[in-house]
Amino acid sequence: MKSAGLTKRVALAAVVLIAWGLLVPPALGSGDSATAETIKTQAPGSPIEAVLFYGIAAGTIVCALGVCISTNIVRMAVWLFGALACVAVLYFSLAATFIAAIQLIVYVGGTLILLVFGVMLTSKSASVRFSTARWELIGAGAVCVALLACLAAVFIGAGWTTIEGTGSGVAVADIGRTMITKYVVPFEVAGVLLMIVMVGAAHLARQEKK
Amino acid sequence: MLPDDFLTYLTIGLTHYLVVGAVLFVTGLFTMMTKRNAIGILIGVELVLNSAGVNLVAFDRYMAPGRVDGQIMTLFVIVIAAAEAAIAVGICINLYKNLATVDVDSARKLQG
Repeated sequence: MKSAGLTKRVALAAVVLIAWGLLVPPALGSGDSATAETIKTQAPGSPIEAVLFYGIAAGTIVCALGVCISTNIVRMAVWLFGALACVAVLYFSLAATFIAAIQLIVYVGGTLILLVFGVMLTSKSASVRFSTARWELIGAGAVCVALLACLAAVFIGAGWTTIEGTGSGVAVADIGRTMITKYVVPFEVAGVLLMIVMVGAAHLARQEKK
Repeated sequence: MLPDDFLTYLTIGLTHYLVVGAVLFVTGLFTMMTKRNAIGILIGVELVLNSAGVNLVAFDRYMAPGRVDGQIMTLFVIVIAAAEAAIAVGICINLYKNLATVDVDSARKLQG
């Protein structure tokens, strides 16, 4: 029964992810310019931006907490899906529409599917759970809460000197041009890295011939 | 009546995004510390990389609006995350083939 439940859940997650991948790219074509326009016309500090930000930030934090609290690996993957999608919307609200699109297509559509495949290939049943000792949970929680308090205190007390501007004038062409002029060496290195990874992953996961 | 400084909470600034990034980082760190499942640790790493992305885009938006350097760095972070996930899933599958589990504590031997 339990493995049937896992199969159902994995299938559900896969269907949701595939539907997301099919629906999002066409929506981006119209959504891209619309988002940039609304951000451009809004005055800084408008209530709409604040409501949007607080809603999405709450969604991100809830999904991230869901990832660390849940013990079932498939649930963790689904919570991670929510967190990645919320981060993509955060990118939209930061007027980085191209990065948001890439986040949805590559991260949500590619990396997360890879993780779900990893889950499917490495677990025989849903009942496999790895227990963590209570002292480990308490210790890790204490360290993390302390670190979060320190980081938040530093960020809030830093007094950043920000520059006024909406940042919505950035076009995809600017990103492309900068990438093949100023950042051409990292760009090529990233290409070589991806090729090495492709060969290496195929080598690691290959079937041994007996 | 609303307090006088209520409107300042409506002005979303750099700090708000940095705090969200910090929460993502800390939850990812907690996930990496407490999960025994190798794929679970990988999910924690993804959260940490996303927090780096949020910070880079937020700094780009608020410290250098109109420039694209931070966004390009975020693109490289996404590329590295994809590469890392592919290799790590390959290693997990290999671990599972050799040990029949993905509990990281059971992987004690070299040349398993």
